[in-house]
Amino acid sequence: MTVTQQKDGEIVETVTLTIDGIETTVPKGTLVIRAAEALGIAIPRFCDHPLLDPAGACRQCLVEVEGQRKPMTSCTTTCTDGMVVKTQLTSPVARKAQEGIMEFLLINHPLDCPICDKGGECPLQNQAMSNGRSDSRFVEEKRKYPTPLAISTQVLLDRERCVLCQRCTRFSEEIAGDPFIDLMERGAAEQIGVFSDTPYLEGDHAATNTSGDPFNSYYSGNTIQICPVGALTGSDYRFHSRPFDLVSTPSINEHDAGGDAIRVDHRRGSVMRRLSGEDSAVNEEWISDKTRFAFRYANGSDRLVYPRVRDEDGTLRETSWSEALLVAAEGLAAARDNGGVGVLTGGRVTVEDAYAYAKFARVALATNDVDFRVRPHSAEETAFLADYAAGVSPNNGGVTYTDVEQAPAVLLVGLEAEEEAPSLFLRLRKGNRKHGLRLFSVQPFASPGVTKANGTLLPVVPGGEAELLTALAGDAIGPSAEAEQARSAVRTDGAIILVGERLAAVPGGLSAAALLADTTGARLAWVPRRAGDRGAVDAGCLPTLLPGARPVSDLSGRVELASYWGVDSLPSAPGRDTAEMLVAAATGQLAGLVVGGVDPGDLPDPAAAEQAMEAVGFLVSLELRDGWVPQHANVVLPVAPVVEKAGSFLNWEGRLRIFDTVLSTGAMTDARVLNSIADEMGIALGTGDPRRIRAELAGLPAHEVRPTPPSYPAAELPKPDAGQAVLASWHHLLDLGSLQDNAEFLAGTARPAVVRLSAATAAEIGAQDGAQVTVSTERGAITLPLRISAMPDRVVWLPTNSAGSTVRRTLGTDAGAVVSIRTDGGARQAGDGAGHGTGDGAGHSTADGAGHGARHAQSTEEDQ
Amino acid sequence: MFEPIKGFGVSLANMFKPHVTEKYPEKMRPTAPRYHGRHILNRHPDGLEKCVGCELCAWACPADAIYVEGADNTDEERYSPGERYAGTYQINYLRCIFCGLCIEACPTRSLTMSNEYELANDSRQDLIFTKEQLLAPLLPGMEQPPHPLRLGDDEQDYYVGAMQNPGASAGAEYSPQQESARETAAKQGNGGAA
Repeated sequence: MTVTQQKDGEIVETVTLTIDGIETTVPKGTLVIRAAEALGIAIPRFCDHPLLDPAGACRQCLVEVEGQRKPMTSCTTTCTDGMVVKTQLTSPVARKAQEGIMEFLLINHPLDCPICDKGGECPLQNQAMSNGRSDSRFVEEKRKYPTPLAISTQVLLDRERCVLCQRCTRFSEEIAGDPFIDLMERGAAEQIGVFSDTPYLEGDHAATNTSGDPFNSYYSGNTIQICPVGALTGSDYRFHSRPFDLVSTPSINEHDAGGDAIRVDHRRGSVMRRLSGEDSAVNEEWISDKTRFAFRYANGSDRLVYPRVRDEDGTLRETSWSEALLVAAEGLAAARDNGGVGVLTGGRVTVEDAYAYAKFARVALATNDVDFRVRPHSAEETAFLADYAAGVSPNNGGVTYTDVEQAPAVLLVGLEAEEEAPSLFLRLRKGNRKHGLRLFSVQPFASPGVTKANGTLLPVVPGGEAELLTALAGDAIGPSAEAEQARSAVRTDGAIILVGERLAAVPGGLSAAALLADTTGARLAWVPRRAGDRGAVDAGCLPTLLPGARPVSDLSGRVELASYWGVDSLPSAPGRDTAEMLVAAATGQLAGLVVGGVDPGDLPDPAAAEQAMEAVGFLVSLELRDGWVPQHANVVLPVAPVVEKAGSFLNWEGRLRIFDTVLSTGAMTDARVLNSIADEMGIALGTGDPRRIRAELAGLPAHEVRPTPPSYPAAELPKPDAGQAVLASWHHLLDLGSLQDNAEFLAGTARPAVVRLSAATAAEIGAQDGAQVTVSTERGAITLPLRISAMPDRVVWLPTNSAGSTVRRTLGTDAGAVVSIRTDGGARQAGDGAGHGTGDGAGHSTADGAGHGARHAQSTEEDQ
Repeated sequence: MFEPIKGFGVSLANMFKPHVTEKYPEKMRPTAPRYHGRHILNRHPDGLEKCVGCELCAWACPADAIYVEGADNTDEERYSPGERYAGTYQINYLRCIFCGLCIEACPTRSLTMSNEYELANDSRQDLIFTKEQLLAPLLPGMEQPPHPLRLGDDEQDYYVGAMQNPGASAGAEYSPQQESARETAAKQGNGGAA
């Protein structure tokens, strides 16, 4: 054994062996199959996957090892010093063994390659040609099963095709942690299957499986991609095309802030499927089902194609681009001079588009009234983002996925990783499995995402996060045993605190997180839910922050930027955030609004937001699809979806994720539309081309002034009476989100919406587990079945935007508020609730989207 | 001065040789039996389509003339035995070079070629033949799909018995337009190839 000094200073033990006569030195513990790969020797394999534990299940990778009596599986054999390996290339023994195994595997594999979705990209097909016998000696009848077996709405299983490599079962057990699919029966009858009666799924997994559909893992689509034989195929892609039809373009996930590398396969101008790309630093080879299957949202009949302008008689009519741009420019110029214009960009903008919005607001509209946040937010969050998020990237010490995976402890606050940052959850779980990461989560109850990562729950009442974090930062022994563990864990070297966007709604929460990071030395990172949020911070879509993390209040930064942009001066007064802008619009202080991809239903009070947008004098909407805002706008300018434009996202790490146009349709980016409006206003914005914007962003003069960290006090916790509770809420990954429209198979695997209460609170209102519980405010009511969970008393949890539970739209409030709870137990109510659930869950989206229909139906019905 | 006479001599000699000019289109001569003409999508004896929408013909096509989209058979709506059928099937005769590689690639003997060669048209659109135009017409005893399996319980019964009961492509040699043109010609009594 030799010891080799590696470049980065780490000492790695190595071994030297010979493969096919080539001597090679590899780190100790390397598998023979990997060592051969590194030499360019391809050994056929099915069960072997670099990210899964070795199994040796398929036996296809047999090689001859000198001194061993029989051929050995190279995917389970580690290299030893002086080992002499001969693969099928040099050893007749290995070749004969591989051909024999291939013949065994093909005994029961049907010859239905022409109708199999995997045909053309199938490892079994390819390796049967390259490493199999040229003819078959098998004449008997093949094993038959009814096909396909739908193991969920989006994954289909053909058991005849399965070679029992167990990649899918190992994925579900090792990577996703959802025990949804497993080996069953024995001997020749051994097969992959699902537990239809789910006897082994207890606790919270059972909670997610009440639909009688046990395969609703958020990561099930990955099993389709890694299945080497076409036994698992996707309902959505079924029979739609062949690998040789498809043009594959690498792209980036637009559904969450993970920045996952994806591969978009398209045929004749329409996307057929999306696969996970490979990026070992970000998503490895996994993506969530939402990323994989939700890509038809821009294909509905509600897609805006032509600009629209509101006539004097109040009707919207389609018109030419030149007229619409002119009307927009004139209206905005007039509104700017008569009180000002605010800019709401929405959280799905690319970095380039966000920069264009930020620059447009400052240069063309002479205001700092620009905000990307369409969700509960606060001034505290604005200050926090300026200090802890803006400008942070892996290049300057930002927390990365790898850091998270190798951290000794991670504390999640205001973040349910599985629901809100699915690829981050996989890293947390991997860290726990491989490196002993200890996960602590501050939330009201242990959600599946916490349980599956072996996390420790630090239960809090919504709003109590600040107090708990402050306690963890202090010297006193923690308030509970778990908190004490967290208090010491967060002080270990390399510990990480991840805060989600929901912590913004907790007064003092972000300040307490910053304090905790400062006192303990733990690293702090902000993980937003939407793909565009992080980029919008850096691009300056905040009322107090200019592009490149310059505070508006800093004169030198303003002057620097003004000279870089070639303008005389930049507005110096700090702007209004989204909530303030909407209030100003409603009271007439703002004369106009430029609104990007904003759904009023995402705001804490949708009704008030809609009133504000109706009241404002001049409303310009840059939108992809028809909706409430375009219908109430003075000018509607259609913009391109992610798939039809080039751009980039900053993921939560601050890593720039650049993607190119997948489908060239000529649709305009937000940046180009804003550039054209500015042209009409006589202002050269220079944001017509994403590459030019990227160059401009890269050339921004460096700026090092950091604002001071926020220090806001925690608010008094509400004291709910009997029959009341503090509302806790977050989004399910699969819900009524408009980017999931037209993805009906995906919607079938959404987690059912339930109300969660503690046993004591449920007893207090007289509700049994499973009973219909109504959560209400004076605005409306939501009725869902009850699931009793271990959580603090007088706290009620609802999914934020799921079928039958549109919290902000129906209740007009958000997490942290006190709501009334009662149980009706009426059968009619139960039926209604279920009706909503299944109807919307099936997601047969029509033109205006299932979401809107459901919301309106829900609110009108409940209001009565 | 003998040249003009020599020239007439050529004409004169040719007048007595057998002439090779075809009386086309008044008289259509049969082609060689294995002539590569327009494609036909054949049917099983009960009328179900043999095509499973596998796209192997499109894969084999060197001219990229074939466009296929597979679709899912259901028990309620069945076009072919088995799980898959061709939801869309088009051959672009502006591109097709009649090489016959698609026929070799077809795993179900669904795609064959007829002897029909009258494929000129004055519109590009009309030269993209759709599945309806390419499908063999229904013979007596056949039933227009979608309909359930009539010849057995599953697709095996169709394929295993295929040698004894090959289904049919007869009658598909001419496209509907040409069929009607030929009928008109026949009515006017000026011949036309039979």
